[in-house]
Amino acid sequence: MAMANEFLLRIENLHKRFGQEEVLKGVSLHLKPGETKAIIGPSGTGKSTLLRCINRLNDPDQGRIWLGSTEITAPTVDLNKIRQQIGFVFQDFNLFQHLNALDNVRLGLLKVKNMTKDQATDLAMHELRRVGLEHKASAYPSQLSGGQQQRVSIARALAMEPKLMLFDEPTSALDPELIGEVLRVMKTLAEEGMTMLIVTHELGFARSVCDEIVFMEKGYIVEEGLPEQLFNNPKQPRTQEFLSKLSELYGENQA
Amino acid sequence: MKKFQTLLLFLSVFVLLALTLVFFFDYPWLLFLREAISSSLLSVCPHFSSEILKIPCESLPSFMRGMSVTVMLTLCLLFVGFALAVPVTLGQLYGPAPVRWLMSAYEKFFRAIPILVLLIFFAFSLKINLPAFLSAVIVFGLHSAAYQSQIFRGTIQSISVGQIAAARAIGMTRLQAIRHIVLPQAFRLAIPAWSNEYSSVLKDTAFAFTVGLVELNQTGVQVANYSRQLFIIFFTIAIIYLILTLVGTRLLESLEERVRIPGLTVHQGAAHGHG
Repeated sequence: MAMANEFLLRIENLHKRFGQEEVLKGVSLHLKPGETKAIIGPSGTGKSTLLRCINRLNDPDQGRIWLGSTEITAPTVDLNKIRQQIGFVFQDFNLFQHLNALDNVRLGLLKVKNMTKDQATDLAMHELRRVGLEHKASAYPSQLSGGQQQRVSIARALAMEPKLMLFDEPTSALDPELIGEVLRVMKTLAEEGMTMLIVTHELGFARSVCDEIVFMEKGYIVEEGLPEQLFNNPKQPRTQEFLSKLSELYGENQA
Repeated sequence: MKKFQTLLLFLSVFVLLALTLVFFFDYPWLLFLREAISSSLLSVCPHFSSEILKIPCESLPSFMRGMSVTVMLTLCLLFVGFALAVPVTLGQLYGPAPVRWLMSAYEKFFRAIPILVLLIFFAFSLKINLPAFLSAVIVFGLHSAAYQSQIFRGTIQSISVGQIAAARAIGMTRLQAIRHIVLPQAFRLAIPAWSNEYSSVLKDTAFAFTVGLVELNQTGVQVANYSRQLFIIFFTIAIIYLILTLVGTRLLESLEERVRIPGLTVHQGAAHGHG
């Protein structure tokens, strides 16, 4: 099937319900290899749930997801294999508190990929260098700033050599002056050709780095398009309303 | 100063453990050591004319024997308790419904019944013919496992769910996440409460006389039976319990410091961590 090869990530008609509340009401989304897409939208519209369904931290109720030609939602799929190919960056970092930066990055290589200690250390140091934190290799999470912690968590995800990176509001828990260092790392990644799906409220970043913007609300994808088109000339009234609310808040040049 | 304290701590742990081993086991070469220690203990005791000090001095070897049983029982029961408590906790937290139910029932049963009742029930109602020490280890171990499981349940639940999510997200199995991420953090947090368990079961072991074990307190009872110097005998025994408690809890405190995660735990006196 030509479709399967063209897209790295394919989501078809995804539904997810928590108790009475349906959080995703039929979401379809496609990502080509090397593509970076940002998902924006108000809080509580299922953006994070969508990401968590992609690596099955949450199980979707209905709908199918493919990573390349592997169906992630198939009942027989080896989840631990799939998850190694999908890097996940959390809003609140979730670094392993009892391990230093190097061990945070190295643990998956040792325990999941069964590398030797030397191989794992080399690769982990390489990833820490990539996010500019090799000098913090022996620091523990609580000795690092929020921005540094998030960069270590990006390194931890990259070390598994994923095909796809998912970012769940990676800068929302950060002080304003620390946001830049994380976004710079993400921008470099995008330029290097990593396929990325980013839930974010950083519209300026989304606009300058992402290939496409997806606007989500109340469990639906309302609108999807090129950054210029979606920001300057949104088709849907809801998108317009959301963007104008944000530009009131942050000033014109942010949105 | 700090170095000196640590040295003193390890020295006292070493001496207590050595005395315990020598006085607990009946190997011929240990018996010889035991004789040597006993006679040197007795020779440093001056020959008091007053009965008051003579009795506890003369009984020191018996007290050492009693102490060795108490220490050995405490160590064994804590070990058995720990080995059982970890699977009980994990079953209670992560197991399928029947396992959860079973583990909860176990934990509630053993926490609900006084240790004295358990011991008497085990020794006399079940009519299981085991050596006294083994019986005591089993009953105390099962009892302590119930308490320890709740210590671990508390600390495991205090670890944020994001830690497991992060571990699963890099492809770890649930078991790997528990083994490498949850337990190392939970055990660190459990040390203060576990030290409480130590000092509590150490004194509970006095009930082991019900299964026929002559431990420290029972040694005092026996000595008192022929000397009738109750005050000085039980004063000496109280001092020995005090030493065992202090050394043990201090050892656990030092372990707590050793495994403290840099930057995470608030140091004594410094109310502000950073981050």
